[in-house]
Amino acid sequence: MKKCVFQSLRSGIRVGALLSVPFLAQIFISSAHPSSPQKNSDEELLALPGELGRSGGRLVVSLRGEPKTLNPLIATDARSREVIGVMQADLVHINRATQLTEPALAKSWKVSSDGLQYTLVLRSGIKFSDGQPLAADDVLFSFRVYLDENVHAPQRDLLIVGGKPIAVRKQDEHTLLFQLAKPYGAGERLFDGLAILPKHLLEKPYQEGKLAQIATLSTALNQWAGLGPFRLKEYVAGQRLVLERNPYYWKSDSSGKRLPYLDELVFLFVPNADAQVLKFQSGETDIISQLGAENFSVLSRQMKSYAMADAGPGLEYNFLFFNLNGDTEKTSPELRRKQKWFRDVKFRQAVSAGVDRAAIVRLVYQGRGAAIWGLVTPGNHRWGDEKLEHPQRSVEKARELLKQAGFSWRQGPDGDQALRDPEGNAVEFSILTSSSNADRSKMATLLQDDLKQLGMRVQIVPLEFRSLLDRVTQTKDFEACVMGIASFDADPNSDVNVLLSGGATHLWNPSQAHPASPWEAEIDRLMQEQLSARTFEQRKKLYNRAQEILAENQPMIFLASPDILVGAKNTIGNFRAVILEPYALWNVEQLYIKNGTENVAR
Amino acid sequence: MKPRHAVSRWVTVLVILHGIVACAGFFAPYDPVEQNRNNPYLPPMRLHFVDAQGHFHARPFVYAVKLREDTFDQYEDDSRQPNPVRFFVNGSRYYLLGFLPSRLHLFAGEKNRVCLMGSDGYGRDQFSRFLFGGQISLLAGFMGAGLTLLIGWCIGIIAGYYGGFLDDLLMRVAELFMALPWLYLLFAIRAFLPLSVSPTKAFLLIVGVLGGVGWARPARLVRSVVLSAKERDFVRAARGFGANDLYLMRRHILPETASVIWTQLAILIPQFVMAEMTLSFLGLGVPEPAPSWGNLLSSLQQYSVLVSYWWMYLPALLMVPFFLGYLRFASSLQEHGEPYKMEGGVLRG
Repeated sequence: MKKCVFQSLRSGIRVGALLSVPFLAQIFISSAHPSSPQKNSDEELLALPGELGRSGGRLVVSLRGEPKTLNPLIATDARSREVIGVMQADLVHINRATQLTEPALAKSWKVSSDGLQYTLVLRSGIKFSDGQPLAADDVLFSFRVYLDENVHAPQRDLLIVGGKPIAVRKQDEHTLLFQLAKPYGAGERLFDGLAILPKHLLEKPYQEGKLAQIATLSTALNQWAGLGPFRLKEYVAGQRLVLERNPYYWKSDSSGKRLPYLDELVFLFVPNADAQVLKFQSGETDIISQLGAENFSVLSRQMKSYAMADAGPGLEYNFLFFNLNGDTEKTSPELRRKQKWFRDVKFRQAVSAGVDRAAIVRLVYQGRGAAIWGLVTPGNHRWGDEKLEHPQRSVEKARELLKQAGFSWRQGPDGDQALRDPEGNAVEFSILTSSSNADRSKMATLLQDDLKQLGMRVQIVPLEFRSLLDRVTQTKDFEACVMGIASFDADPNSDVNVLLSGGATHLWNPSQAHPASPWEAEIDRLMQEQLSARTFEQRKKLYNRAQEILAENQPMIFLASPDILVGAKNTIGNFRAVILEPYALWNVEQLYIKNGTENVAR
Repeated sequence: MKPRHAVSRWVTVLVILHGIVACAGFFAPYDPVEQNRNNPYLPPMRLHFVDAQGHFHARPFVYAVKLREDTFDQYEDDSRQPNPVRFFVNGSRYYLLGFLPSRLHLFAGEKNRVCLMGSDGYGRDQFSRFLFGGQISLLAGFMGAGLTLLIGWCIGIIAGYYGGFLDDLLMRVAELFMALPWLYLLFAIRAFLPLSVSPTKAFLLIVGVLGGVGWARPARLVRSVVLSAKERDFVRAARGFGANDLYLMRRHILPETASVIWTQLAILIPQFVMAEMTLSFLGLGVPEPAPSWGNLLSSLQQYSVLVSYWWMYLPALLMVPFFLGYLRFASSLQEHGEPYKMEGGVLRG
C-alpha cells in the first residue's frame, strides 16, 4: 500500500523534475548472452546463465488481496503490479540481483554522444503470448498510448524528460529511435517496467476510448496477451488467479531450452500477513516474501520443509521528519510556535543525536535490519557515501545542542526535567504513524521514550495511512511524522522527488515553487547536476555531497532499514531473494520444482 | 452459608483485589513505562529458595538472565549470579492512591530487575504494567458504571413516578439508545476529535461515551421498581396525608431502588472494564505507553506474539478473579435480595 502510493507519487513529480545536460555513460551495449535460436531459426531467444532446471509443476504464492487489474495502463496498486510483472516484459530490464541494466526485448541499445538519442534494436522473431509477432509498431503504439493524456497512464510522467515527452521513431522493422529533450542520467533505466503492449488487441479499444475497460481480471483468455513468462489461465473471484506458461516466451536457459520451467503460477489472495504465514507454514504456498522480522523468526524456529533467507537490508528507509512547511493563513498559532523549534537546525540535530537507532534495529526488527544515517541504505552498494558519519546515540550531545539553541530544562513535579524553549514554553509535540504498520508504531514508541530523556513530551497518533498521507502532503496539518519509503531502484534518480524541493515526496515541505532554504537550493543543484554528469564517479561525488548536506541539516532523521526476509520450500530450484522488488519472483522464469517433488494439484 | 455471608465474602475478595490495584505503585516493583531495551520479551522469572549448590536461603532470589548470543529473545539463567529479592525498598517515584508521593516498593531485585510476569517487547515489566493498567481499566469501569447509573436512575425515577407522556418519551429514547451500536459510535466520535488526545482526555472520553450510552437498561429497571413502589398502600396513604412529591421520593421510593442499583453496579462495572479493554485492544483507548488492560492484551493480535511468548497471556489470566468476584457478588446479592430484582434483565445486563 505504502509503496504503491509512493511510487505513483514519485513518478508524478518527474513532470516537474527538470533534468539537464549530456550523459554518455554507456555508448554501446550488445546483448550479454548470444542468442540461441530454437525451432524457428530467426527467433532470437535470450539465453540466461544459471542452474538448469526441469520443466513442469506449479508454484503457489500468496498475494495480499486481489489485484485490481491486469492492465499496465491503469495499474497503480502493488498487487496488480506484481502480477503484471510476470505477464509483461520491457525493452531494457534492471537485473534485480546485480542492480544493473540488461537487454530484454531490445537486444542492444546505443546512446548518441549528446545523450539525447537512444537507439534500440528489437530482438527478432519474438511473439506475444497469443502467438502474434512483436513488431516495432507495437513499441510505437505502446509509447503513443502511454503518452496520450487522455489515457492517464501512470507511466506518462516518467516519459516526460525536460518538460517534453520522449519522441519515438521507427528506423526500420527492428530499430527504434527515442529522442529526449534533455539528457537524462542513466536514461535506459526509464525503460525498465514499461510493458510493451499488443497493438493488435488494443488498437480498437484505444480508438474507441475504452482502454480502461480491458484486461480486467475476468477478461476472456484470447482478449489479452503479453510478453512475460506467464499468461492468464483462470481467475476465481476472491480466491485465486492462475497463470500458465507462455509457450512463446523469449528467454531460454543456457542449454537452449525455452523458459519458463513452471507450467503454472498461482496467486492466492490472502488478506493479511499472519494468514500468509499460516498458509506458508501449512505448505499451501511455496514462497513467502515481505515478511516481518517477528514472523520470520517464528517460521525459522519451525523450519522443516522450507528454508528461510535474510537477503540483507533492502532499500526501504524509515525516518522521522518535522513539519517545515511555510506559513499559510491556515497554519494554527500553535503549529507556528512549534515550527520555530522544528526550523532550528540545532533542534533537529539534537533529536537525531538523541535517537537510539541500535535499539530500533534490535527491538523493531529483532536485529534483522540496519541503522541508517542517510537515505542510501547499506543494501545499496554503489551509492552510499562512505564519508557519512555514523554517530552513536549521545544524550549529552543532544542536550548540548539544545542548550546552544537556547532551550533550557525546568524541574518537573515528578522530578523529571521538562524542556522549555527560549520563550518558556514546554516542548511538546505529536508524531503521526500509520496505524496499519506495527513496525513503525513500535519505532514511534521507542522515539517517544528517547525524546522523553531530552525532556520532550511526545504523543503518538496512529492514523490510517491514507489520511496520514493526506495530512502530510495536502492539508499539512501535522507536527512530526514517522514514515518509510521503499525505493524501487538503487539509482539516485529514484529518490529525486524526495530530495528536490519541488518534489511531491519532499515530505517535510513538498512541492515548493522556490527552495525555502539555501541548503535545499544546494541539494536541488547537486541532484540536477548529477543527472547530467558523464561518469559514475562524477555522479557519485555530487550525490555524496547531497547526502552530506542532508545529514548536516537533518530535515529527515533517518532511523533504520529492515532486511528483506523471504522463505521458500526446499523443493524450489534457482530460488534467490534479492533486495529489489519483486523480492522473490524476480527470476520466476528460472524457478523450477526439483525432481520427484512435483506438487500435487490442489 | 447464609446469603449475607456470601455477599460479604465476595465483597472482601473484591476489596482486597482493588486495594492491591489502588496501591499499584507500592506493590509494583517498577515504573510501568520504563523501557529496558536489553531485555525484550523476558520470560517470567522463577523465584528460588535453594541455590545451585543446594543451600537453602530464607530470602527468595532469582537468577540474573543472559541473552544468548545472536538471538533477540532467547535468555538463559546465570546460576552464578543469584539476585536476591529485597523487600520494602526505595525505587521509582509514584503517587500512592493518586496523590501521596512515595518511593517505597514492596519488593525489587537487589542487583537486577525482577520480572515476575516477564517483560513485553520494550522490556517493560509486565507485572507492574498489569497493576498500573488495572488502575486505569478499573477506574474507567467505576466511572462509566457510575455515570450510567446516575443517568439511568434519574431518568428511571422521573419516567416511573410521573408516568404519562414523559414516561412514553423517555422510554422510547431509552429504546433508541439500546439499539445504538456503541462501538461504532465510539469510532465515529474518535474520528471527529483533534489529532493528539492526551491520555487523560482519551480516558475521560471513553468513560463519557460508555457512561452516556449504557443508561437505558438501568433506567428501565429503576422505572419498573418505581412503578410498583408508588402504588403501595403506605405510599398512597402518605400521599393522602398530603406528602409532596419530593418527600415521597426521598422517604419511600428512592430506598426501594437501592438494591437494583447495587446489583446493577456489580454487573455494569466488569462490563465497562471489558468495554475499555476492547477499545484499548483495538487501539482506540488510552494511548501507549500508558498501560491499560486492553493495551496489555493488544500485542496478542500478532500471530508471532501468540505463538512465541506465552506469558503475554498472563494478564488475561489474572483478570479472571476480578471479573469472577464481581459476578459472584452480583449473584449473591440477587440470592438474598427481594423478588422484583429477579425480573429478567438483571443478569442479562
